[in-house]
Amino acid sequence: MKSWKHYLGLTVVSSALLLGACGSDAEEDAATDEATEEQAAESGTASESADQSSEEAVEGQVSGDGSSTVAPVMEALVEEYAASGTDVQVTVGVSGTGGGMEKFIAGETDFSNASREIKDEEKQKLEEAGVDYTEFLLAYDGLTVVVNSENDWATELTVEDLKKIWVEDGTTKKWSDINPEWPEEEIVFYSPGTDSGTYDYFNEVILEEEDMVQDATLSEDDNVLVQGVQGDKNAIGFFGYSYYVANQDTITAVAIDGVEPTNETIESGEYSPLSRPLYTYVSNESLQNDAATYDFFEFALENAGDMAEAVGYVSLPQEVSDEQITKLEEFKN
Amino acid sequence: MRITEQQPGANKRFIDPASVSKRMDGRKITNTVFKTLFFMATLVALLVLGILFYRILSQGLGFLSLDFFQNFASRFPEKAGIKAALVGSLWLMAVVAPVSMFLGIGTAIYLEEYAKKNRVNDFIRMNISNLAGVPSVVFGLLGLTIFVRALALGNSILAAGFTMSLLILPVIIVAAQEAIRAVPQHVREASYGMGATKWQTIVRVVLPSAIPGILTGSILALSRAIGETAPLIVIGVPVIIQFLPSGVMDTFTALPMQIYDWAKRPQADFQQVASAGIIVLMAFLLLMNSIAVLIRNKFQKRY
Repeated sequence: MKSWKHYLGLTVVSSALLLGACGSDAEEDAATDEATEEQAAESGTASESADQSSEEAVEGQVSGDGSSTVAPVMEALVEEYAASGTDVQVTVGVSGTGGGMEKFIAGETDFSNASREIKDEEKQKLEEAGVDYTEFLLAYDGLTVVVNSENDWATELTVEDLKKIWVEDGTTKKWSDINPEWPEEEIVFYSPGTDSGTYDYFNEVILEEEDMVQDATLSEDDNVLVQGVQGDKNAIGFFGYSYYVANQDTITAVAIDGVEPTNETIESGEYSPLSRPLYTYVSNESLQNDAATYDFFEFALENAGDMAEAVGYVSLPQEVSDEQITKLEEFKN
Repeated sequence: MRITEQQPGANKRFIDPASVSKRMDGRKITNTVFKTLFFMATLVALLVLGILFYRILSQGLGFLSLDFFQNFASRFPEKAGIKAALVGSLWLMAVVAPVSMFLGIGTAIYLEEYAKKNRVNDFIRMNISNLAGVPSVVFGLLGLTIFVRALALGNSILAAGFTMSLLILPVIIVAAQEAIRAVPQHVREASYGMGATKWQTIVRVVLPSAIPGILTGSILALSRAIGETAPLIVIGVPVIIQFLPSGVMDTFTALPMQIYDWAKRPQADFQQVASAGIIVLMAFLLLMNSIAVLIRNKFQKRY
């Protein structure tokens, strides 16, 4: 019956060790931070041609958060970046565009991914918090409106039709309300959750900030929306292009004003107005003072196109992609 | 009525079967109906578990390989691994276990052995039970305000570990209280009778017989902490991470976060990877629960 004392002893010792480890760790962190800054300063004075050697010296941590739509591109970039043998450690959360922005405003992250442009109120809050930032485009996504594969009437809609279908006007909507030739059956709505940039973008472009139908099923998990549309003949929903591509055998994409969402129409911007850029907002301070952040974004912007295509998004046109890199190079020191 | 009408001893039939069956048949039927009903209720839970196991195993087994444990998350489903999440969860447990058990058992000893029975202590007891019913998201918000922001621990293992400790603390306290209460009073009195002090009695008599019960409760509480996602999401634990933590101040990801992230992906393959992750998590939970059962069966003393 002495055994419980061992447990207790073990517990005390291990917690003491852990707490001790935490103390020394913080110091080490601070030490490496200083070292990184010194290295950054050194590499800044070193000649530009010595890029390769300065890259090897860079280490540190970069943290980001934000849109779950941007997450697959980010995951691929972080994976490739880690595989390139860097010592920089990148972490990215997926709290949604709005949730990520909150953390960015609080100064907890170096960058924030967004599937819509930054809002005015967010700009204001960032200004109040003293966070300067730069906007970069990573890729294009075609926000895709989908219907059930048995739906053979609403395969082509105009922007006005879409607004009429999705806006809350106090009535229960039937397909026949939009076009008298369509079946007299209630429309079933599936939409991404209100914290997602996809919802915000649709709200702004199609609904023009009017309220969305109240009986829409909202979900932060786009697969729920896919299943909802698959399972109901009268359903309509919208989400990112990659979810349509992964399920194109079982659901139908609606052509908007006669243009179907494809890689070509999204990249060229012909698929309008639902072709949207995916953004990341990076803190200027991190880019300037933290070599790790600069190094990661140098890699990210160069490879964003390939990685975007690999995970089902559309790469930026070459000149737009070059613009992003030029924007970043202003922070080189 | 009819029984009294019969002549006692006339044919030695004190009980009239017809009359008995008239009253009893209904009762028997009621009994059978409810027995079947409750058995079906039991089956529902078992059936759900069975379906879950079948679905998860049939989807995930294909992706379960040695590589799955050795790789970080990847954009290729076949290369995706659970290394970061598994190691992260182990780190989380390394913080949660000592912190929650020390606080929980300490509280239980105080409440059971030292605290006098008065209104203040009753109030404390009642509120510990109330805490056990608070949703985990709320604990996440508490952790975000206190540990992540006020104490500036960031989204580190330590911050997440403290938050999870708070979450399971009420469960551990209640389990430890019950275990301590189960030690009979006369054992304590015998100890006092031998001249032992209160502290000696607690350390040498009460705790040795209560420890198995305390450990069982603690392990079950820990297995709840390992499966919780909501507090981690609120704290802002990342999911895209390609390195292992080297200390408790590092950031990390955990099994349920990684599974959630995979399950949300558009590609069907990633949902199977998520199933493989669920298998790992369930194996983890089953292991912990069987350790708890083992301790209970092997070491528990009955008076």
